[in-house]
Amino acid sequence: MSQPMGESISIEERFEAFVAEENRVEPKHWMPDAYRKTLVRQISQHAHSEVVGMLPEANWISRAPSLRSKLILLAKVQDEAGHGLYLYSAAETLGTPREKMIDDLLTGKAKYSSIFNYPTLTWADMGAVGWLVDGAAIANQVMLCRTSYGPYSRAMVRICKEESFHQRQGFEIMMNLSKGTKGQKEMAQDALNRWWWPSVMMFGPSDDNSPNSAQSMRWRIKRKSNDELRQEYIDKTVKQAEYLGLTIPDKDLKWNEDTGHYDFGEIDWTEFFDVIAGNGPCNAERIAARQKAHNDGAWVRDAASAYAKKQSRRKKLEEETQDSAA
Amino acid sequence: MLDTCDFKTQYVLHLADDALVLGQRLSGWCGHGPILEQDIAISNISLDLIGLARQYYQYAAELIGGDTTEDSLAYFRESREFYNHLIVEQPNGDWGDTMSRQFYFDTFHFFQLQHLTRSEDLRLREIATKALKETTYHAQFSAEWIIRLGDGTKESRKRVQKSITHHFPYALEFFETTEFDKQAHDLNLGPDVRELKDKWIEKVREVLNIATLDDINSDAVAKKGGKRGIHSEEHGLILAEMQSVARSYPDAKW
Repeated sequence: MSQPMGESISIEERFEAFVAEENRVEPKHWMPDAYRKTLVRQISQHAHSEVVGMLPEANWISRAPSLRSKLILLAKVQDEAGHGLYLYSAAETLGTPREKMIDDLLTGKAKYSSIFNYPTLTWADMGAVGWLVDGAAIANQVMLCRTSYGPYSRAMVRICKEESFHQRQGFEIMMNLSKGTKGQKEMAQDALNRWWWPSVMMFGPSDDNSPNSAQSMRWRIKRKSNDELRQEYIDKTVKQAEYLGLTIPDKDLKWNEDTGHYDFGEIDWTEFFDVIAGNGPCNAERIAARQKAHNDGAWVRDAASAYAKKQSRRKKLEEETQDSAA
Repeated sequence: MLDTCDFKTQYVLHLADDALVLGQRLSGWCGHGPILEQDIAISNISLDLIGLARQYYQYAAELIGGDTTEDSLAYFRESREFYNHLIVEQPNGDWGDTMSRQFYFDTFHFFQLQHLTRSEDLRLREIATKALKETTYHAQFSAEWIIRLGDGTKESRKRVQKSITHHFPYALEFFETTEFDKQAHDLNLGPDVRELKDKWIEKVREVLNIATLDDINSDAVAKKGGKRGIHSEEHGLILAEMQSVARSYPDAKW
């Protein structure tokens, strides 16, 4: 944006042209307030989703049925904390401190992905969440690797690598279950039954009901519509379910020769908006868990910062003493 | 189990059980830490310990032979067959409790592993060499937290002092010898744990002093039993939770 593009063009128009030419916006660049606001909302929401998303999976670490599966799950949930960190850092480059974003999460002002308001009820849910939820997240995140804001796109490149690993791990759990005993197969089918529709809803409202999408597409924050991403996800996942020998709980699901895609049944948008509005099965529990961790940790954070201050005072005093001795 | 395996196997199981039970406890912090960075750090220590437990269990399974696997040892033994120290099964409590439990254990673990890197047994030597690197970091991490909390705020000092005092008698179990300890030492497999006490006390005192915390209580009486399979009431609950899925589907592979 350093090149003048004609006096008659406003700075907003220059910005639009800059992103339209597939340039990356960096923190020091001028950007419209609405662009900045949209990004802070989206990136912090994404960070919160990583952190809240740790909870339903952490629920099963203690009960993982083998030591190997325990290690894999623990490492995965730990990765999500790491993703939360990169994303908070990316959002901070837009001028909003992490404390403020966390405060918004804890007071209910900021949202996170609704999928994490569903409970994890059996070990098979660790497979289904990895396979379906991470699968849906990746579809969205691959697109975000090319998003117009530089720090966000770079964070996403790193996150995508780990997420695709997580999805494979989830699929492996499902494979072991579907090849396993009768009880294991039943557990796998039950998990698919419960997670299928919520994962399909993860792409958000349909395009004709998604007011912010057009602007985000123009700014190259988003590069594919909700419905496009959803269709890609369904096409890919149906084949994987067939491979596992599991049945997707949608009687209207069928291959359409003409479109080259799967047709699928009506999404229950009432449920979708209910969960977003806070009436999902675990909304209150998830926020309560985050609040508890935050409040219980307050004295620890206070101690760490008090100690750091004391140490820097001591260091300064030491230096002064050395100076005066010299 | 105590009666059926040889002393060497019992000794390896004892090492494995310490790592697994503490790793299991620490994993409870994942998603609930005081700040994301520490959530990641504590999960890392948990990963290291569970990874270490696997290596010991795999070795023990080979020593026992037959159908025994790392998972059958972790998931299908009863509380009375676990030989971990009592301190590792103590509840997570607050961050100060977790750090105090960790600091005492890491300090002991460091000296124990140092000795095991010189074991007559090649396998134990190999396992210990890798674990010693990890434990050096763990011990630094927990000691730094004891110092930070001790020399932090009035409240943090009060809290961590309470934890440090509370866990001290449990820590003294490190230096109690069982029959498998004696045998392991006679065969030059592991240390005479009594001989690790002076070094351990010296290090603990050094850190407590920097942390501005009270000196250790020389009159404290060891709480013991864990290494003989006599655990706290909590232990059965840890196992009940950990083993629940595996035992509900005993024929399953995961």
